[in-house]
Amino acid sequence: MSEIASTANGTGKTRVVNFRGGGFAPKSMRWVGPIVFVVLIGLMELGTRTGFISNLTLPRPSDVFGTFVHLWDTGLLWQHMVPSVSRLLVGAALGASTGIAVGVMIGLFSLVRAGLVPLVAAIFPIPKIALLPLFVIWFGIDEASKYALIAFGTFTPTVVATYGAVDNVDRSLIRMGQSFSLSWRSIVLKIVLPGAMPGILSGLRVSLAIAIILLVAAEMLGAEYGIGAYILEAGSLYDLERLFAGVVILSVMGVGVSALIGLIEAKILGWRT
Amino acid sequence: MDLHLDRISHFYGETEVMRDISFDIPAGKIICIIGPSGCGKSTLLRLIGGLERPSEGQVIQIGDPPADSINPLTYIFQDFALLPWRSVEGNISLVLEDHGITGNRADAIITDVLTRTKLTDFRKALPKQLSGGMKQRVAISRALAVNPAVMLMDEPLSALDSQTRELLMDDLISLWTRQNFTAVYVTHNLNEAVRLGHSIVVLSRRPGRIQEIVDIDKPLPERGMGDKDLEEVQRHLWDLMKEEALAADKELINV
Repeated sequence: MSEIASTANGTGKTRVVNFRGGGFAPKSMRWVGPIVFVVLIGLMELGTRTGFISNLTLPRPSDVFGTFVHLWDTGLLWQHMVPSVSRLLVGAALGASTGIAVGVMIGLFSLVRAGLVPLVAAIFPIPKIALLPLFVIWFGIDEASKYALIAFGTFTPTVVATYGAVDNVDRSLIRMGQSFSLSWRSIVLKIVLPGAMPGILSGLRVSLAIAIILLVAAEMLGAEYGIGAYILEAGSLYDLERLFAGVVILSVMGVGVSALIGLIEAKILGWRT
Repeated sequence: MDLHLDRISHFYGETEVMRDISFDIPAGKIICIIGPSGCGKSTLLRLIGGLERPSEGQVIQIGDPPADSINPLTYIFQDFALLPWRSVEGNISLVLEDHGITGNRADAIITDVLTRTKLTDFRKALPKQLSGGMKQRVAISRALAVNPAVMLMDEPLSALDSQTRELLMDDLISLWTRQNFTAVYVTHNLNEAVRLGHSIVVLSRRPGRIQEIVDIDKPLPERGMGDKDLEEVQRHLWDLMKEEALAADKELINV
């Protein structure tokens, strides 16, 4: 007791306890993302203008923008966008909905799990682009093969995310449902599916990004119009401005899809802590 | 409706979790089950309510549950088990919907149980907005909504701090006084057992056997926090359990 008192009285050296608890807590910083874009694009513009970066290595961002404006003015943008977006919508909707259905079945039935999990593991790593000729034979050179390719590519990651999400639903909630004699149907519809929703939506983020990647691949199949077709044509001509304009459109589509899912999450997952 | 446990034994694989357990659960009484950790008291509760099947023996229902009982054997869980995406009201209507009770009838039941658990103001709140004590009140009102013949309570107050526990204990006692419900109350807290139990079943460590059944005659509303006679009982319970708890603590877990 006396010792403590004497240090408090100032006989010992005093100092403030070091703080060491910071970090590891992600904060929301909305403005950083756009700044990174602006700085990068600014550097590219500056580099190409000063000649530090030659025009062969990188197109000048302002030229890419010019190409984009040209696309807009001539109406070519919509001519390419409309078929692409509709392919993306149809293909991704097909793939994601069957993926969610199969994933939920795997999550609910042991037999389906035992039968399909190895199969999904086997088809997941196949580059779907490699199967392009097969799709042409099965579905023809028209839209159907493009839908099929995108759907197939979206399907596998959705399945994996969905059954993982179903597995992660709190078992104590399911037991609660059983203890109140809820029907099997109600337990699935009112407990399992809403509980799996966060996992399914975050899986969709990945699957839809893959769908955009496959859009370009699908449009290698004799498509006259479409963002993918536009990029491929520009690529084969080494027309970097048009190539980049196309790539930027894909990126914007990706950001758009991600923002859409973010909106859905905010809307229906408000219950999360 | 009474329940009777008839020589129940239970195994998980090779491990014997309980042996030869028989006792009665008479209507209108609260039976507490206490025992050292791992003695199978929560398992026993799951067996009583039919969430698990006993390896040997059976749980027998004597008489019919009241006609208006929607879900005769109803649980209250330690972790509340509320659906986080449904409001207080929605969590209660969940268990009514499946039994065909919707609209005005459901509304009346929800209003009634929320009044009884003093939750009327929280009707539209989501579980994440509620404290632990409030969540357990919601779970209790959900259980009351189906008008159970027997309430099966699995350490309902163990996840709560001691002040909240005291408050909820008072609430449970006043609920019981208003309308004598039947309950099996599993706990590791001896104080809860002597405050709420009409009789207390003391289990030994694994494999759980009945060591003693202690009856307390003092009426629930008259029991208070520091009652001498209750403390006497509590000391007796602790004497019964101490050795067992010590031994159970030292056991290797290989389930």
